[in-house]
Amino acid sequence: MLQSKSFVKKTKQGRIQKVVREHYLRDDIYCGFVPCSACDAAAERKLHADAAAILVVDTNVVLHQIDLLENPTIEDVVLLSVVLDEVKNKNLAVFNRIKALCTNKARRFYVFANEQHRDTYVKDMVGESSNDRNDRAIRVAARWYQSHLGGSVKVMLITNDRDNKKKAIEEGLNAETVESYVRSLGQPGLLDLVVVPTSGDVTMEDVEDHRPSKKKVIYSEHKPMSEITSGLRCGIYHQGKLRVNRYNPFEAYVGSESIGDEIVIRGRSNMNRAFDGDIVAVELLPQDQWHESKSFIADDDEEEEEDVHLVPNSADDAPRNTSSTQSTVGSSAPSVSSRPIGRVVGIIKRNWNSYCGSLQPMPMPAGSGGVAHALFVSKDRRIPKIRIQTRQLENLVNKRIVVAVDSWGVLSRYPSGHYVRTIGDIGDKETETEASILKFTVASNAVTTYLKKLACKNIADVTNFVHPGTPLDEEAAQRGTSVYLVGQRIDMLPKPLTEDVCSLRADVERLAFSVIWEMTPDADIISTRYTKSVIKSCAAMSYVEAQARMDDSRLVDPLTVDLRNLNSLAKIMRQRRCDRGALTLASAEVKFEIDSETHDPLDIGIYQIREANQMIEEFMLAANISVAEKILKHFPLCSLLRRHPTPTKEMLEPLLRTTSSVGLNLDVSSSKALAESLDNAKSNDPYFNKLIRILATRCMTQAVYFCSGDLNSSEYYHYGLAASLYTHFTSPIRRYADVVVHRLLAAALDIAKLPPIFQDGPQLTGIADNLNYRHRNAQMASRASVELHTLIYFRTRPTDTEARIVKVKANGFIVFVPKFGIEGPIYLSPKGDKGGDWVVDEVHQRVTKPGSNISHAVLQTVRIHMEVVEPQPHRPKLQLTLI
Amino acid sequence: MEYVDPLTGFRVDGRRPNEMRQLKGEVGVVARADGSALFEMGNTRVIAAVYGPREVNSPTLISAVQNKGQQVNSKEALVRCEYRMAEFSTGDRRRKPKGDRRSTEISLVIRQTMEASILTDLMPRSQIDIFVQVLQADGGTRSACINAATLALANAGIPMRDIVTSCSAGYLCSTPLLDLNYLEDSAGGPDVTVGILAKMDKVTLLQMDAKLPMDTFENVMGLAIEGCKAIATYIRESRKINGLNMLKIADPSVHVTHRVRLAGWMDGFQCSGQEI
Repeated sequence: MLQSKSFVKKTKQGRIQKVVREHYLRDDIYCGFVPCSACDAAAERKLHADAAAILVVDTNVVLHQIDLLENPTIEDVVLLSVVLDEVKNKNLAVFNRIKALCTNKARRFYVFANEQHRDTYVKDMVGESSNDRNDRAIRVAARWYQSHLGGSVKVMLITNDRDNKKKAIEEGLNAETVESYVRSLGQPGLLDLVVVPTSGDVTMEDVEDHRPSKKKVIYSEHKPMSEITSGLRCGIYHQGKLRVNRYNPFEAYVGSESIGDEIVIRGRSNMNRAFDGDIVAVELLPQDQWHESKSFIADDDEEEEEDVHLVPNSADDAPRNTSSTQSTVGSSAPSVSSRPIGRVVGIIKRNWNSYCGSLQPMPMPAGSGGVAHALFVSKDRRIPKIRIQTRQLENLVNKRIVVAVDSWGVLSRYPSGHYVRTIGDIGDKETETEASILKFTVASNAVTTYLKKLACKNIADVTNFVHPGTPLDEEAAQRGTSVYLVGQRIDMLPKPLTEDVCSLRADVERLAFSVIWEMTPDADIISTRYTKSVIKSCAAMSYVEAQARMDDSRLVDPLTVDLRNLNSLAKIMRQRRCDRGALTLASAEVKFEIDSETHDPLDIGIYQIREANQMIEEFMLAANISVAEKILKHFPLCSLLRRHPTPTKEMLEPLLRTTSSVGLNLDVSSSKALAESLDNAKSNDPYFNKLIRILATRCMTQAVYFCSGDLNSSEYYHYGLAASLYTHFTSPIRRYADVVVHRLLAAALDIAKLPPIFQDGPQLTGIADNLNYRHRNAQMASRASVELHTLIYFRTRPTDTEARIVKVKANGFIVFVPKFGIEGPIYLSPKGDKGGDWVVDEVHQRVTKPGSNISHAVLQTVRIHMEVVEPQPHRPKLQLTLI
Repeated sequence: MEYVDPLTGFRVDGRRPNEMRQLKGEVGVVARADGSALFEMGNTRVIAAVYGPREVNSPTLISAVQNKGQQVNSKEALVRCEYRMAEFSTGDRRRKPKGDRRSTEISLVIRQTMEASILTDLMPRSQIDIFVQVLQADGGTRSACINAATLALANAGIPMRDIVTSCSAGYLCSTPLLDLNYLEDSAGGPDVTVGILAKMDKVTLLQMDAKLPMDTFENVMGLAIEGCKAIATYIRESRKINGLNMLKIADPSVHVTHRVRLAGWMDGFQCSGQEI
């Protein structure tokens, strides 16, 4: 049981501190090769007997060629623990993918803990860099494999490092580069997946890009890491996450803590090859270069301009605005902005990903089958074009494909990447939907909402079917939530559960988890009971049906009377909630009518909210709050709750600016004050109030899940609902959070044991974080789906409609179309031209045409024309023009 | 942080979840003491020295003992224990040396655990002093101190019912882990310390300062008990080998020196207090 040797490792962490750790070496780590007789018979074996070669890969191969490794033709790979550790430190996303490969039973990827093995552990040598040490460890492990397996199978070290390869061959190992190995397999299609090494960048031809002369240095070199660290320390550079303007990919922001403000970065050369989401080091430009740019909707540089898109529902969805409040009056000379402007000098952490898009159309090369270079255009406009090499160009044109980025040298205008996979034909609805899902990597579902009605709130008892620790549970935990795509759904749980077993239908018995209140007619709760139950609903109704029953005064059957009673209770509860300061926020949710044959949208309209919806919502809120109280009481440190952070002054700033320009003052000191001033925001325009509410909603962040042990109880507050405690309990079928809460509640009632992972605060925090992440992605995907269908709808139906101005900018304004729930720019003048013959007053948010009395101010109504145009191939977009 | 690698199943230091660190025991390390021992569990290194049994005489001592809630009576021996951490034992993680809450508590824990096994009624009107000093702390000091004290008491020839051994176990990454080192100990998970009378299969010490579901707790405690038994076997084996004065020591990590005085509880030996 005890091992033979002990080693001592010394590491330095932050401060100079000597950390001594034991490092046990063992002799019970086995090779994993199926026919090996030297190893313990019971040991796990994955490497196949008739493998052509056993591949030992080095760290850079895993980091850069993960797409290749995921291809099923690559098998019998040994992953050393030293490689896995390095990958984990360098890129967590790749690590998770390789981890999935290793745990996948269908793949033959074997993890060999070389650092723990007695014969393959290598001690640091004096003066050896950690890279060299790790390379040596990889070679030692490969050599061990070679001698251990004898001649029974070939062991091959795959490395792209020239030095490492040379040394390996000197030591008598078989070593190959990725490219030469893949070439030896004789599958040309596979070569597309191989990432061209960075040095290959120079040899690649520029296909399309003739503007800069070839091999010209386009970008300045990134500073070495040591210089960046010292620069950060003495305050010359500033660190932060780069966020590219969704409206204008040539402008980006870096939120810097050291300055306490956002640094604006203009133009690709100043962005210096940084991608959206990268952690970068920024150097400030001299102050005299801080020109105030007017907040143009789109910049001049290239072909890019703003899209029409769905109205954001919260501050998280909203595009970043170049709100320049400080623009001085009558500024003819370029004024000096107070916003610092900088340029990227180095990239601390890359956020490279796979992107979905299509190839830029280009003439087909004469000979087919050869290597062709093409430019890939991402669907996400914040991502620059990506150059790829392919041998199957004819197959990829007019397809939606996924491409991963590999490198971006100073010599090339665009980053280079490689093809990963094809999704389908461009314009095909399924393809486009998958593309938009892929953009957010989610799995999702949508559930037909039945009205679950009775004198208490019954929630289907999903946890009875989904037991903790089962694969079903793990999958659901991964998926986390549901997305509502137009005309489509992907279930979080299997269909039989979602639609039948866990769905409370009329006149069938179903297991449920119930919260039963005893209430006075004034909706005061006398007692609350939580219980598992068997329930037989006397009716399953849609919201419309229920509403119709309540409205029809002739009906006096018990069911309808019950409904009315419930409704009156709900109204009181709602009133009480509003008195506490709950915000009635508004969002412009749209609903499509889909043609059942073609699945094309037939009609778009705003989702109607009925009293019946509100009634159910009220009871759901009450159930959630009651459950939150119960579980928090029992598990003060490990309850999953939901909070909505109070918006800061800065977040509400755009709202206040807009409202003050129309002479309305909002009190934002508390949610109650805001709720009241929103109620008082009335004018003779009936839609005015709703518009203000929509604007207010999008200033706020979204509510988030959290683990109660992580925060102070004062931070549990849910701002929007004005509730001190809140959680999600009511939709376990489509939200994993509710499943977690069900289990917590069951444990609180001593019905079931609490699964151990919920005992562990950090793990619950991890679950909450994943849920938040999935939730957001799900929403983004469903928004993308709605945007796509909007586009399909308007393709054949150019429409004139009314719109509201929500923001005035230097060369146009942004309008909101209430009927379709979309928002987009209207240009008053051709691009680059400041406002044309219109006079724009950004401070008062008003445009006037001199010499006439035509003027438009924010929140006013304008008539617009909507039409789909296709200025660039494969990128149709909705264009709005003023009539 | 992952304390158990999900792919290889190894802990940070290369152990499996149910494996203990390397043990090492040595007796007679303090020449002036009546019994002494050095005990190592991995990098945790503890020295224990025992004085006594000797006569209780000083009235000031008696009153001091009574302040601690111990009774001095004429029928039983008085056991005293003092636990200290050397200033250098933690490197940078410096703790207050003496008289703080933690060391007072551990002193008490060790004393009570040892009292349970010492045949105090054989030694009326006498006192036994146990001093334990942590030389190097890397998690599990409490257990190491108890094990060292056991060895030292045996070395002093003090009659005991059975040997007391102690081991800790924790619960991290949903896995019960045996014998936590400092890194795992400071992860903030539950830490169950168990002390048992190895042959009698009785628990004399059980400590945990966290919440655990009952079934998990049973698993973790079971693991800790297994650990205690393994330590007992180790101590017994190495002492038996030395006691019989066998020439070859099979395991090079076993360094129990030859100056062993066997106590009456040793397997098959009734030569208490006799020098071999």
